[in-house]
Amino acid sequence: MTSTIRTVGVCGAGGTMGAGIAIVAARAGFRAISYDVGQDRLDSARAQTAAFFDKSVERGKLPAEERDAIMARSETTTDLAELGECDLVIEAIFEDLQVKRKLLGQLDAVCPPETIFASNTSTLSITEIAAGCSRPDRVIGLHFCLPAQLMKLIEVSPGLLTSEATLETAWAWTEKCGQMPVKTQDRPGFILNALLVPFNNDCIRAVEAGVAEPADIDRAIKAGLGYKMGPLELIDLIGLDTQVRLCEAFYPVTLDPRSATPPLLRRMVAAGQLGRKSGRGFFAYEGGKMFGA
Amino acid sequence: MSYAILQQGASRSFLDGDPFLAKASPADDADVLVCIGAAPPGNQAYKAIAIELDKECLADHVGFDAPPANVFGFARYRNGSDAPSRLVELVRLPNSDPDALKAVRQVFEAAGLAVSVCADHAGRIIDRLVRPKYNAALRLLDEGLATQADMDLTCRLGLGYPDGPIERVIRGGLADHFAVTSALFETFGASAYAPARQAVIAARREKRK
Repeated sequence: MTSTIRTVGVCGAGGTMGAGIAIVAARAGFRAISYDVGQDRLDSARAQTAAFFDKSVERGKLPAEERDAIMARSETTTDLAELGECDLVIEAIFEDLQVKRKLLGQLDAVCPPETIFASNTSTLSITEIAAGCSRPDRVIGLHFCLPAQLMKLIEVSPGLLTSEATLETAWAWTEKCGQMPVKTQDRPGFILNALLVPFNNDCIRAVEAGVAEPADIDRAIKAGLGYKMGPLELIDLIGLDTQVRLCEAFYPVTLDPRSATPPLLRRMVAAGQLGRKSGRGFFAYEGGKMFGA
Repeated sequence: MSYAILQQGASRSFLDGDPFLAKASPADDADVLVCIGAAPPGNQAYKAIAIELDKECLADHVGFDAPPANVFGFARYRNGSDAPSRLVELVRLPNSDPDALKAVRQVFEAAGLAVSVCADHAGRIIDRLVRPKYNAALRLLDEGLATQADMDLTCRLGLGYPDGPIERVIRGGLADHFAVTSALFETFGASAYAPARQAVIAARREKRK
């Protein structure tokens, strides 16, 4: 039997993804309780949320009174027990299986049995995360794309023990939020990262093999395939260290050689070339401009 | 930079009526010679010579021992039977003359094409990078990860691609994908290039026609 969602909790709401998910929920009319361990992180996320909606008002896309109503529906807390009022709790915390399992165990103790737990994991198994609580039938994957408040796609992934009712309720909730859900099996990377992470690695290996310069590879992909951004520019944006972490999450599970960390990637991370955030990756960045493309 | 065209048979890069073919100069007046389905002449009067490639490498034409420094390979990227894209993959060799490379590049760029320079590797840039992804997408579809529509939609919405990997590879032709990946698999031997089941079947069915 499906249940009605009224209040949504977001764990890790001080992070970029968590804050975006809370925006999606509050914007759609749900009461959204943002939880994080530090009040400073929550304050910062709330300021970003307010700025996001202020901009919508300035652009005439949102009436000021609606913004005020959304902000009134958006609450923050550093007390996990306050998520006990939630019908759906979405975790968007650090990508670590044990940490996520522990969190679900804690949520298990404070939330009513009917509350659905969703994970925003991009690489870990929903079934394995669900093993951290006593209600694996009410655990599901809801993988948002970054930035969640702008990207419509959500990968909806039931685990082995997820009930049909949980899937239906979560699916209906994503639609009420105006999102575009797609159903995937509980497999590493679901659809998006299962295709993207190995492809990005192949591009790095092509640089390492001397097939072409990064700028030539990106130009080829954009002109030949019509992609908006070249893969190496995208890796610079994601962060080379993040790409390493994705590889380290994928390869041990899939044993797919394409998912193994390319040696060049490791060397660049060791050299502090992390991409856009460090000013240098496959391209150089200065003052918001990219060089070498 | 003027160019002449030496053509025997159809071109995958420039279809009949393509303005690039029409704007070529007479052979005697040209700086660059573009060879389509034809071997370059023995004399090397041109600043540069560009040989159209299909799945083969430039070395198939010029060998490994002291290849001429002014001869390049090129291919305008096409997804199977799709129309040619605006990308020209321009293949250079380790001993390529930079001025000759510049001349060929100018010829294609003046025609409004985007040029990416690459080394003489199988699959050049695009096929080397996207064919394993298409194979993976077809295999994941076989294994029930999601529906084809959802996989394509995910790539369009989540990554901003103009089309999804499965709709694209089907549109270009699964038998063509088989031919491209078979050639890559022969060179690299990596399982990522082994043609996916659907491509193998498509090629077998086409052979039976």
